[in-house]
Amino acid sequence: MDIRKVKKLIELVENSDIDELEIREAEECVRISRRRAPEAAAPAPAHLPASVLASAPAPAAVPPEATLPEGHVVTSPMVGTYYQSSSPGAKPFVTLGQPVQPGDTLCIIEAMKILNQIEADRAGIVRAMLIEDGHPVEFGQPLFVIEPA
Amino acid sequence: MFDKLVIANRGEIALRILRACRELDIRTVAVHSTADRDLKHVRLADESVCIGPPASAGSYLNIPAVLSAAEVTDASAIHPGYGFLSENADFAERVESSGFVFIGPRPDTIRLMGDKVCAIAQMKRARVPCVPGSDGPLGDDLAENQRIARAIGFPVIVKAAGGGGGRGMRVVHTEAALGNSIALTRSEAGAAFGNDMVYLEKFLEHPRHVEVQVLADGEGHALHLGERDCSMQRRHQKVIEEAPAPGIDAATRERIGAVCVRACEVIGYRGAGTFEFLFEDGEFYFIEMNTRLQVEHPVTEMITGVDIVKEQIRIAAGGGLGFTQRDVHIRGHAVECRINAEDPHSFAPSPGRITMFHPPGGPGVRVDTHVYSGYTVPPYYDSMIGKLIVHGDDRAAALARMRSALSEIVIEGIRTNINLHRELCRDAAFLEGGTDIHFLERKLAQ
Repeated sequence: MDIRKVKKLIELVENSDIDELEIREAEECVRISRRRAPEAAAPAPAHLPASVLASAPAPAAVPPEATLPEGHVVTSPMVGTYYQSSSPGAKPFVTLGQPVQPGDTLCIIEAMKILNQIEADRAGIVRAMLIEDGHPVEFGQPLFVIEPA
Repeated sequence: MFDKLVIANRGEIALRILRACRELDIRTVAVHSTADRDLKHVRLADESVCIGPPASAGSYLNIPAVLSAAEVTDASAIHPGYGFLSENADFAERVESSGFVFIGPRPDTIRLMGDKVCAIAQMKRARVPCVPGSDGPLGDDLAENQRIARAIGFPVIVKAAGGGGGRGMRVVHTEAALGNSIALTRSEAGAAFGNDMVYLEKFLEHPRHVEVQVLADGEGHALHLGERDCSMQRRHQKVIEEAPAPGIDAATRERIGAVCVRACEVIGYRGAGTFEFLFEDGEFYFIEMNTRLQVEHPVTEMITGVDIVKEQIRIAAGGGLGFTQRDVHIRGHAVECRINAEDPHSFAPSPGRITMFHPPGGPGVRVDTHVYSGYTVPPYYDSMIGKLIVHGDDRAAALARMRSALSEIVIEGIRTNINLHRELCRDAAFLEGGTDIHFLERKLAQ
């Protein structure tokens, strides 16, 4: 099973109220369990979008997101691979809580060996960074949430 | 065999390709626009990647987006389907130079056949009979063009070299109208295809559209799978197709089939392809070659038992042709009705939510469609939503089966051309067989 897929499933379990998730695909099977402290009651999942609870996760490329903080969502304008810095090991372009101005580079999306700089189009504070470094992204996939200044 | 394949298309053909991949144990990647998240094949595919906005230019025609999706999913091959990028030689070239296998012919073959003037010249060299014509592009000298047209004999048709599929054409009946017609066709062609080269052909008054399906392995081996009659057309768009063509005997089939096979060998063709002819008074005249899978491929599949999409993939994977011409047998008769989401009178597209879809069934009935109850047909793409295909022991049996299937099929919530099909499958002239390419428009004009 694709390690990217497993990572997404782990994220899914972490971001939701699911205790245990088992997926079987042909001959492969993955089970992910959350170990809870016995006294913690499962919190009422009222704040989660209904779709996360209702549907079994399909093996598609995009996991459903948990609630996003308020703000302007920056989505990917293309398909490619997301990188948080200009090169491996370099400082990330932005970090959580960092203020940005229009035109500031937020990240790089690499498509067919071309590194495309994705720029902020509004001024504000970076409140969420939704993609892990080196992960593939689709067109329209949310990348950042920027709280307008 | 490929591990993973990107389906660079949408709708019914994407589902068709997915089914072939499933049977060949190839994992599928469905690339789609934001408007197509609910496409049936997107839901069924092993992976899906949203590559752009609804407008095709940003998604299905977006070469970097398609290639990038293939890259991030680590696919090995890309199937372009029909339409969109399937006959775009630049796309085929970039697919290959990016390290993926393009399911189709070599890029230079696509380029050669995409330029209709070059294609005709090449076919003449391969001794394929062609429509009498200007044998080359027209210049700007009106007197010279008039001379050429007189030599061919009016009426003539002005065609765009970069066109095809019924686009970029204009019929001219008199010498007086020639100059204007050429100028208009040129400027339309320049705008539509980025190429304003035009040529002349004799306009045949009552031809039938008969095309031959070929398969070739790219190593000099080719065979044909018989012909199809696609004369039932409106504005150059096919409405009903059938195989074999009525009134064509086995000897004629072998003769024209052999001509096409030899042409494939001459041009080093690879994959599936179709030679389109006008057939009039017992003679075949080449008009163009389609270097891709065709919409109407199912009727050939029904009479030969060959799965053309699987063969395309096998050939592209280096497997060669799995059988020879001797193994090809034509059995019975097949008919296909293209179901369009369109207004039955104005033919305007009719997108919207399909509140109820119920397909017909039974022996010899095949439905190739991506729609389902609750599916919303988006307004951004062409209006064909499915194909109803039947097979019978002979033409009469096939048409009886089609009438039966048309009486069972239910599509509610949008307008479709199902009633037109029901009417056509009762039309005396169509039932007799051999109606020409002008028949439907004449009938609709009444």
